[in-house]
Amino acid sequence: MATPSQPPGFLFTTLAKGVNWARTRSMWPATFGLACCAIEMMATGAAHNDLARFGMEVFRASPRQADLMIVAGRVSQKMAPVLRQVYDQMPEPKWVISMGACASTGGMFNNYALVQGVDQIVPVDMYVPGCPPGPQSLMHGILSLQEKIMSGEIIRPIVRI
Amino acid sequence: MSETPDHTTGPVQTSITELSEDALVSGGVDEEQPDLHDVWISGTEEPAWITDATDEGAQEILSDLSDSALAVQRGTVISDDYVIDDTADEEERQIINLGPQHPSTHGVLRLQLELEGETIRRVKPIIGYLHTGMEKTAESLTFLQGATNVTRMDYLAPFHNELCYSLAVEQLLGVEIPPRAQAIRVLMSELNRISSHLLWLATQGMDIGAISMMLYGWREREAVLSFFEQVTGLRMNHDYIRPGGVAADLPDGWEEEVADLLVAIPEGVDEYEEILNENPIFIDRTQGVGVITREECLAFGVSGPIARASGVDWDLRKAFPYSGIDRYTFEVPTGTHGDVWDRYLVRMEEIRQSLGIVSQVLESMPPGDYRTEDRKVTPPPRQRINESMEALIHHFKVFTEGFKVPEGEVWQSVESPRGELGMYLVSKGEAKPWRLHVRAPSFAAVQALPMMLTDSLVADMIATLASTDPVLGDVDR
Repeated sequence: MATPSQPPGFLFTTLAKGVNWARTRSMWPATFGLACCAIEMMATGAAHNDLARFGMEVFRASPRQADLMIVAGRVSQKMAPVLRQVYDQMPEPKWVISMGACASTGGMFNNYALVQGVDQIVPVDMYVPGCPPGPQSLMHGILSLQEKIMSGEIIRPIVRI
Repeated sequence: MSETPDHTTGPVQTSITELSEDALVSGGVDEEQPDLHDVWISGTEEPAWITDATDEGAQEILSDLSDSALAVQRGTVISDDYVIDDTADEEERQIINLGPQHPSTHGVLRLQLELEGETIRRVKPIIGYLHTGMEKTAESLTFLQGATNVTRMDYLAPFHNELCYSLAVEQLLGVEIPPRAQAIRVLMSELNRISSHLLWLATQGMDIGAISMMLYGWREREAVLSFFEQVTGLRMNHDYIRPGGVAADLPDGWEEEVADLLVAIPEGVDEYEEILNENPIFIDRTQGVGVITREECLAFGVSGPIARASGVDWDLRKAFPYSGIDRYTFEVPTGTHGDVWDRYLVRMEEIRQSLGIVSQVLESMPPGDYRTEDRKVTPPPRQRINESMEALIHHFKVFTEGFKVPEGEVWQSVESPRGELGMYLVSKGEAKPWRLHVRAPSFAAVQALPMMLTDSLVADMIATLASTDPVLGDVDR
């Protein structure tokens, strides 16, 4: 690939576009329903809102078959290690949507039990506001994430610590 | 408070931890190193480990290595207290963890199953993965704000949570609720029962392989939710029923909307029964599965459709009528076998009975105010605020300070779609509750799961679990 100082040529930009297109058009979410937002996530997948229009209706029960984790609901301290493990089990490339106020910031529950934002545990690509966000909000979040992927690079620099 | 058992020096469960035993032997709590199981009973003097702690400390993720009991609490380690049965075939025996990340557990329930071949020998539900500390949060919100908190507990029946909380607060306040507000409450809560049962039908169908039910159930539910959105502004977590009445009057044209629902939902329900009632696969997978007897229901405190399917004729709308629901005529359906099939029949009939109540409310909606005229609870009307400084101050006080509720403690329960939802509210005469305890119907249902599942096939497990309709937000709070 081209280094940052040297803009990529025609071949690589076309390849990147193709790869990104393929990634966005068959993004499979892992079912990670936690609380109220999970119900709205199911509503998004159901017939009325029909997430299948964006090639995403295949909610995978196994994280090993999923590209996208939609953290739908409040993450408790007890759930946090489980969530991280599920994220680690997903193959690269993977993305995370933090759905709703509780997943994004802890929401109205600033107390001993909740993780104040899932971005303390996993890297989040898109935050969807609302309590709970309606299906339209979630779809907007998903489409924004698709745009983000389309405009991004196809490889991620490996950071060795 | 002297009667409250002291958990710090009480008997320690030796099966869980070795560290606690040490603490017990050494004579209790070390001053310098706080015991993580310490509890502080509010109202008593705060111990040093609380006063020294900062707010940031509440957000620390505690280390697993420090305390084995904490690891058990957080679910990273399971105390395996299974007694190995000598008669069991050791080669056939295995322990399977189901959840907490599992599509069919309706949330983050975790079940530890001990199998012998394909037969379940023991079940152990492990809860707490959605513990949100809502009972504690309720103590930091005013009585008016409290409804925003409780509505997120059982997120499939938000109106019932709000109703129960509001009724409890009103009981302490001793205010009269106008007939129109009561009728609106009944209307919304019965529509909520329908939407909850439709969601149950969708997930029950999906869990036993009837994916089409998932899509059908959501079809009618969306219609109900769009009505909720028109009335309250939100599809879920409405904060619409508040102490003193409801947040706003029904919008113009609500009669047509409800009349449309009364046509669309019965059509849908008829269609589902046509699909399922004669379906041999559905019948095979539900009849005689997950049986719980009448006596077991009573012993475990199981209520709602599960208990009614076992023949317990108990509905709080009949037994302890609330919010003027005794003005409407309806039947309480009961089953006889207590299996998944009977729970299906009971819930379908409950949808029909709720529709009957809704149509009666539609015909007899009384005119009048949608919230109480008691100025202690309700702010002055908008026009008065323009005219009078006192009214402006009053309005400001109600929403900043909140209204004070007389000292006392009450118990209030309502019939939620999952059973008997109860709230125990203690006020010390201030604007915030001193304590709120919630009796969750799903908690009792999850507790009774071992009763239903033991010695059944592992394939029936999901059907049984789905039929109890647990909402983990209700269980864990």
